[in-house]
Formats: sequence, C-alpha cells, structure tokens
Amino acid sequence: MAALCLGLAMALAGCAALDPAADSSGRDPRAAAPEALRFSDLYAGSTSRGLAFSEKLRSLAGSVVSMKGFMAPPLKPALDFFVLTAQPMSVCPFCDTDASWPADIVLVYLKDGALASPTTAPIQVTGALEVGSHTDPVTGFVSQVRIVADRVDMLE
Amino acid sequence: MRKLSKILSLALAVMMAAGAQGASLAEDASPSIRIFPVDRATILAGAVVDFKVEVNYSGGTADDVAVTLDGVPAVDVFGAATSEGITPEDGTYAMWEGVTFTRPGAVEVSVSANVNGITTEKTVAYTVLEAGEKKARNVILMIGDGLAQPTRTAARIMSKNLTEGRFNGYLNMDVMDVATLVTTSGIAALVTDSANSASAYATGHKTANNAMGVYTYNPNVDDQVGAKVENIIELAKRAGMSTGIVSTSEITDATPSAMFTHILKRSNMQAIADQMFLEGQRPDVILGGGAWWFWPSTTTGSKRADERDLIADFEGEGYAFVGSATELAAVDTASASRLLGLFNSGNMSPYVDKFIEKSPDILKGFDDQPSLMAMTKAAIDVLSQNEEGFFLMVEGALIDKQEHAMDWERAVVDTIEFDQAVGIAKDFADINDDTLVIVVADHSHSISVYGTIDTSKPGLEGLGVYENAKFPTYADEDGDGFPDVISPDITLAIGWGNHPSYYEDFRYHAVPSAPAVIVDDVAVANANGRAEDALLIAGNLTPEQPQEVHSADDVTLTAYGAGSSYFNKTLTDNTEVFFAMVNALGLNPLEFGK
Repeated sequence: MAALCLGLAMALAGCAALDPAADSSGRDPRAAAPEALRFSDLYAGSTSRGLAFSEKLRSLAGSVVSMKGFMAPPLKPALDFFVLTAQPMSVCPFCDTDASWPADIVLVYLKDGALASPTTAPIQVTGALEVGSHTDPVTGFVSQVRIVADRVDMLE
Repeated sequence: MRKLSKILSLALAVMMAAGAQGASLAEDASPSIRIFPVDRATILAGAVVDFKVEVNYSGGTADDVAVTLDGVPAVDVFGAATSEGITPEDGTYAMWEGVTFTRPGAVEVSVSANVNGITTEKTVAYTVLEAGEKKARNVILMIGDGLAQPTRTAARIMSKNLTEGRFNGYLNMDVMDVATLVTTSGIAALVTDSANSASAYATGHKTANNAMGVYTYNPNVDDQVGAKVENIIELAKRAGMSTGIVSTSEITDATPSAMFTHILKRSNMQAIADQMFLEGQRPDVILGGGAWWFWPSTTTGSKRADERDLIADFEGEGYAFVGSATELAAVDTASASRLLGLFNSGNMSPYVDKFIEKSPDILKGFDDQPSLMAMTKAAIDVLSQNEEGFFLMVEGALIDKQEHAMDWERAVVDTIEFDQAVGIAKDFADINDDTLVIVVADHSHSISVYGTIDTSKPGLEGLGVYENAKFPTYADEDGDGFPDVISPDITLAIGWGNHPSYYEDFRYHAVPSAPAVIVDDVAVANANGRAEDALLIAGNLTPEQPQEVHSADDVTLTAYGAGSSYFNKTLTDNTEVFFAMVNALGLNPLEFGK
C-alpha cells in the first residue's frame, strides 16, 4: 500500500503517514487494527422523515476506523479537508450549482497543518470517527459523519 | 517536489482566474448606467416589481442623477426611492421597491447622471401589457428539463417504435393543439441554466444564470440587492387560485423553486425552502425530492444549518405530509386542500431505477417512490377543488440530469414518464375544456439520434447509419408505454454535440457510469463500467467540464386546451410563456381585491 503524498507538509518527507509517531517509534501506537467501516455500514434506514445511523456507526463514534472510498472533486487545490464518497464523483457539488452530494458521504478533516492533493485513486482513510450534524465554520458545509484523519493511503 | 510545484501552479491558476474576472469588470471602467427591468422588457400591468437604477464605475461620485418615466420624474410617479446604496461595480444605486406599472402601452425610462463633470445617459423602453379576457380556469405548465427535440424523438421511438417509416403511435405531447419554437437565452449569456429559464417562464423577465425572480447581471457577487419581479405563484395566490409544484428533483431545485422564489443563487437551497413557507409564496401542493432541506439539523441526513423543522411548520399550516408512494396513494384528495410530499432525501430516482432496476445500492432505502404520473394526478385532484382555479407546474427534472451524465436511456425513459404525466394533464383538460396545458423544455441539450446499434456486434461494427440504420426492436407487449426491454437487439445510436473525453461503448449501463471524473482539476474519461472495446472520444469542452452541457438551440413548445392559440406563432421568446399563462387566466392584478 503506497502512502499518499499529502501536500506541502509532507512533500519533502517522502509522503509518509501523517502521524510521525507511526514511523519513528517503530511501532504503531494503535496496535489494535482500526475497525473497517464501509459506506453501506453508515445508515440503517432512510425515510422522508430522516435517515437513521446504523448501530455499528453509533458504536464506533470516537474510536479509530478505516474507510475506503474516493476523494470527491475538491473545493480548492490544496485541502485541509475533503469529502470521501463511495463512488468517484463526476461533478463537483462545491462548484456546480446543478450538483448535489449523495447522502452517504464522509467529511475527512486532516490534522493540523496537513494538506492533501486531489486524487482519483481509491484511498483508505484512517482516523477518529465523529458522528452527528456539524457545520464547518469556514465553508458552512454541513456533514453528518466525519473522520479526523491520522493517515490517508492510496490503494493503487 | 513535483507535487509541490503542481500545488503552486494550481494556486497560480486560481489567482489568474481571479485576475481575469477583475479584468472583465475593468473593461466597463467608464461610468455606465444600468436600469432594471432591462431594455425591451414586457411588464404585466399591476404586477409588483422593483425598479432599480445603477450608476456604475462612478466611484460613488455620481450626482444630478435624473430618472424620468415618459418625461415625468420618477419621484412623481413612484414617490421617493425606497432604498439606496452601493453596487458591486464601484457605483451607487437607487431602487423603488414594490412598484407597479398600471397603464398599458409603451413606457420610456431615461436616466442621466453627472460623474466627475461628465454626463452619462441611458434610455430604455418597456411594454406594459394587460391580460385579455379569461379563457382558462387552470394552467398546467409541464417543463421537461432539458427536453431537447431529439429526446422527444427518441422517446417516441422507444415507446411506440415505427413500421415502414411511420410511427406506430404518438406521444401525448405530440398530439396537442399548437406548436412553436422557444428561444431561451438570458440577459447576460447565450446559454441559459434552468434557474434563469424557469424564472423567465415564471415572471416574464429574463435574468442571469443562477438567479430566480430577481434581476442581476452577476448573482455570484455577494452584498448586492437584487431587483425583484413578481412570479406566477404570487400572482395566482393574489387572485385566489390554488398553486402547486411537482418535480422529480429536489423540490428546492431551480425549476420548481423559480415558480415562487426570489433569490440570487439557486444553490442557496435552505433559503429557498424557507421562502417556500412564506405565506405569499407558499404553494398548496408540493411534491418531489429534497427532504433533507426540511429536516432540522438534529435529524440525521439534514442539510440544514439550523434546527428548523419545516415539515412540522407545513403540518402546522394544515398540510398533509406523505413520504412514500403508498402514503401518497392513501391521501384523501377530496378532503385535503394542502399537501406536502417528499419522497427522497435528495433528487428522486430515475424511472429506470425506481421501477426497473430497483437496485438497493441506487435507491438507498427510498424503495417506494411514486411515479411522476401519480404525483401529477394527486396534485390535480387536490388543486382542482378550488373553484377559482389553479396553477400547477410539473417538472420532469431528471431528463436533464441524465443528459448531463450522458446516460441517454435513463433520460429518454424519464421523458416517457414525463409524457405520461402530460397525458394525465390532458385528460383533466378534456373534462371541462377550461384548462391550458403547456409542454416545454427550459433549455436544450446537444443530444442527437444519428442511427441505430446492433448490440450483437462489438463496438462500431454494430453502428448503422443511413440505409444501414435498421429499425430498433423496442417492443411494448404489456402496453404500459415503456419498452419491455431497455436495451433490445437493436437500439439507438445517440451522439452528443458537446462532451468531455469519455468512453463510448454503445451499451446501456444498468449501473450508472459517469462519463468522466475530475483528476487534478481536469476531467478524465471514466473507464469504470464501460465495455472493454469502448472508443475513447476526445472531449470538446474545456478540461474542467466533466459532463455534457446545455445548448442554446431553440426548444419545442406544444400547448393544448383553453388559451393555447396564444402560441400560434413560429418563434416565441421564453418570457412570452408567462404572458400566455396570465392571458389564458385573465390575470389582471389591477383588479385583484376589487
């Protein structure tokens, strides 16, 4: 698994994991493998009165998870957050007023100072899971599920 | 370092783009006057409009600003301006909000201003129109979003097919009283979007793309005050009529919301949902997708940034709420006078996915969505109880969205669904002969039917053009109007006049496959879901466009019933659709409340 180059902060450091502890200590501080979360795991049901988080999602809130998906077309060239989607998005809902986000998306925040470059390769995001409505203070983007990423890995 | 330089070059590109925008503003750097409504506008006598005069690129130094209407100072016609301020184009404005033009005929507006000792002048002319005698009690405006003429042709082929060159039957929208061609451009660009064009139908005024019910040249500039123009739902409500909007998209999307809203940016859907509830703009029947704009932020899946529960607000005003096809079918339309139905969190699913493929991965739990026919029937049943009549807008929204994705089978099957809703509207019009039914696109797409495909052969070997274009093998044994098989042995060859780079495999995709995806800000052909022998077609759009885009071609309008003769002309400007509706209904705001 190739580590994804994460922009300015990591550009000269060989594009390794975001958390330097994982490399320098010689051991992964999260010895227990993170729980794998799939897009189909997010919601237990959909009705016109609202969606329902799955039991699995609720139970994992606050713990470290890993999730595979695609990076949606970004708002700007260098990112401190991005949207993880189940399928590659052909449109950019940030910039195309015709486009809407699907319900099953995950907002990925990168840790302090880290930036990501856009990619269409499938990626795996690992980090702490947050569940519940949140409005991004800068962009106003409303999200339901977030991962504060420790690392982002390219799968191809 | 390669990544670093790429990031820097992208940042530079963004800065250059911003600089280019600044340059385009600077082109007009000499003082100039702008007047809303714009030159050659037609205004309904008695309709409420904001009259606005801007003196731009004046550095705020304009003085001796004189505004006259037919030579009479504006202050003597409308009173003092109700608001003044600065414009985004380094100027100042004065606005007379909520005024009316009452005398039918021509009006000449002249404005002069002194900027740094130089006099700048501008004159515009309006035509004020009064509706004729009432001909229709009801109007049903049926908008096929992106219903380019070739989608009508393709839908007729898929639904009815041909024998020896003659169609075996016609669509409902083919058998109407009158047809005309409609031109669709807005005030600031040749190619319209759905907001601008639907706003022209709803208000009789063209504006800029993204805006609805307000005049602006650049809706993306913040801190500006748009000049509002009254829309068809506001007028119909003032006349005591019932009103409704039905769409297969989010009900806050451009076409349905243009019927009632005043907003600079169509993407501001929370504000549009809030306006939908305002008494003067609130439709009696609201059916479509986009439930997540009605859920409080505390509800999972909500797109709202506040805790307002709009469904509860509507229920508090006596609306019956339904969330599925089953619940919609159970509504007692004889007793319900207000109905809110939201059938998906976002856009509803295309007909192919709702009723044919039914893939759980696509439907994502919304596996009981109604057809556009069921929504149209319910809306008419509820609204037709009002003896003062009704205005209903029905939109086949996903025709356009599937054309953008270059998924022609889904677009054309949704066209058939839309046509069956047209049939329901025509059946209602036949009962009392007091209803005008208009079927029209809001803009075109670059789609074209150029031959047929023998799907037993690989790639281009299956393509037939001219005499080799053997008739397709669509069949409708069950008589439901939809082809029994979406992709039979011989299907259609569909081409696109504009497109990103994409893989053409001449095959139906049961699982939708995007034509292109964005990689480093550039659209790249998407091979996922495409056949191995697919042809890579080089794009002819700028590289940031991952989808097919609208075209400026004229669109076909067909009309049926009372008042349809208004369209008995060759070419119709899109703003005239509004005047056809108010003329059919005899809507004269000067008589409201008398």
